[in-house]
Amino acid sequence: MFGLDLSFVNWDIISRFVIKGFIFSVQLTVVATLGGIIFGTLLALMRLSGKAILTVPATIYVNGMRSVPLVMVILWFFLLVPASFYSLIPGGSNYRAEISAVITFVAFEAAYFSEIMRAGIQSISRGQVNAGRALGMTYAQNMRLIILPQAFRNMVPILLTQTIILFQDTSLVYAIGAYDLLKGFTTAGKLYGRTEEAYLLAAVVYFVICFGLSFMVKRLNSRIAIIR
Amino acid sequence: MTWDWQVFLKDDGSGRTYLEWMLDAWGWTLSVAGASWVVAMVVGAFVGTLRTLPYSPWLVRLANAWVELFRNVPLLVQIFIWYFVIPKIFPVMKDLSSFVLVVFALGFFTSARIAEQVRAGVQALPRGQRYAGMAMGFTTAQTYRYVILPMAFRIIIPPLTSESMNLLKNSSVAFAVSIAELTMFAMQAQEETSRGIEIYLAVTALYAISAFAVNRIMAVVEKKLQIPGLVVAGATGGGH
Repeated sequence: MFGLDLSFVNWDIISRFVIKGFIFSVQLTVVATLGGIIFGTLLALMRLSGKAILTVPATIYVNGMRSVPLVMVILWFFLLVPASFYSLIPGGSNYRAEISAVITFVAFEAAYFSEIMRAGIQSISRGQVNAGRALGMTYAQNMRLIILPQAFRNMVPILLTQTIILFQDTSLVYAIGAYDLLKGFTTAGKLYGRTEEAYLLAAVVYFVICFGLSFMVKRLNSRIAIIR
Repeated sequence: MTWDWQVFLKDDGSGRTYLEWMLDAWGWTLSVAGASWVVAMVVGAFVGTLRTLPYSPWLVRLANAWVELFRNVPLLVQIFIWYFVIPKIFPVMKDLSSFVLVVFALGFFTSARIAEQVRAGVQALPRGQRYAGMAMGFTTAQTYRYVILPMAFRIIIPPLTSESMNLLKNSSVAFAVSIAELTMFAMQAQEETSRGIEIYLAVTALYAISAFAVNRIMAVVEKKLQIPGLVVAGATGGGH
């Protein structure tokens, strides 16, 4: 059909080329999501602290990251992470692009997650904050036990949506040649002279994963909405 | 580390300086982003409107499918598909330049996001607006043209601003099919000159300046279109 030939695809090719890339894409997504939420929450707390020494650097960092294209950030980190860093990790010098990609995505996503967490924290009513203080809680206790759990819960659907976008964005490690899901398909496609088919298959796989995940987020969303 | 900003005055081997090459590349970035913006706005407004039509379930489904399709495939993959696959399937499109193909890719990708904002904007309006149009004897098309869309577009200017800035940043992905835009320049000039930090700083600054300019332009548009005394809350946007 349309001059395309998908007959080259078999399990052997998938297990040799695609699975490896898929695993890296998933690892990158998971690490960047967890790291991004942890550092993003810290950044959000800094911005809401009301102390200029914390607010100013956090604001500059978040706005700076958000005004630069992800591809440029990927290139920046690949340029700046020193070669000696990779040798700290066993076997790291063979996976420079991959390691640099993980660092980049954690640093980059922290800026986006911090905006989500900031909105989440601000969505908690003043009464909750005051209730915590009336119980004699310190600022840290109040944050940890009262505000953050609620903020996090309110933001779960948006955090998950951001994770789906993040998964799609992992394909941009193409810029530094890291071996991700897309690269798995293109490598196989080039080897068998079937580039076009490989791109189409990659699109289908990304679509199925992202559509499935966003469908699940939608369902979760409606369940959370009822509880609230 | 020492700075070497002189690198921008060096000849790149084809009779122009790296500075001239970078400004050329900036021009390409702005053209790709600008042309894609027009495609995204026109298609996005159309598809987003279709999604809110009453009594046309199939048009709504079709428009929803459009949004899901273009939202759930990474932009880079979409660009590759426009560049490598579409011309093969439709030989008519063989003669299109890579610029046009990238504009289609980026425009359609962004149109899905615009359509989502337009739908949210229309649905944020009180139902009475639609009924008011009907009570005036307007057809559906007239109701949209004179009542609903003018209101909806004003509501969604803030998220449209951030989508426009996203579009500008996303134009960097065009490097993948060798459009001579800023990111492509950054990668090539970095390799040729080994002055990566200076090159990247300059390119990053140009992106930041462009994004800021988009932001200001949209702020002016928002102010110009504002209806005195009417305060509307913006819908929330997401993504990069």
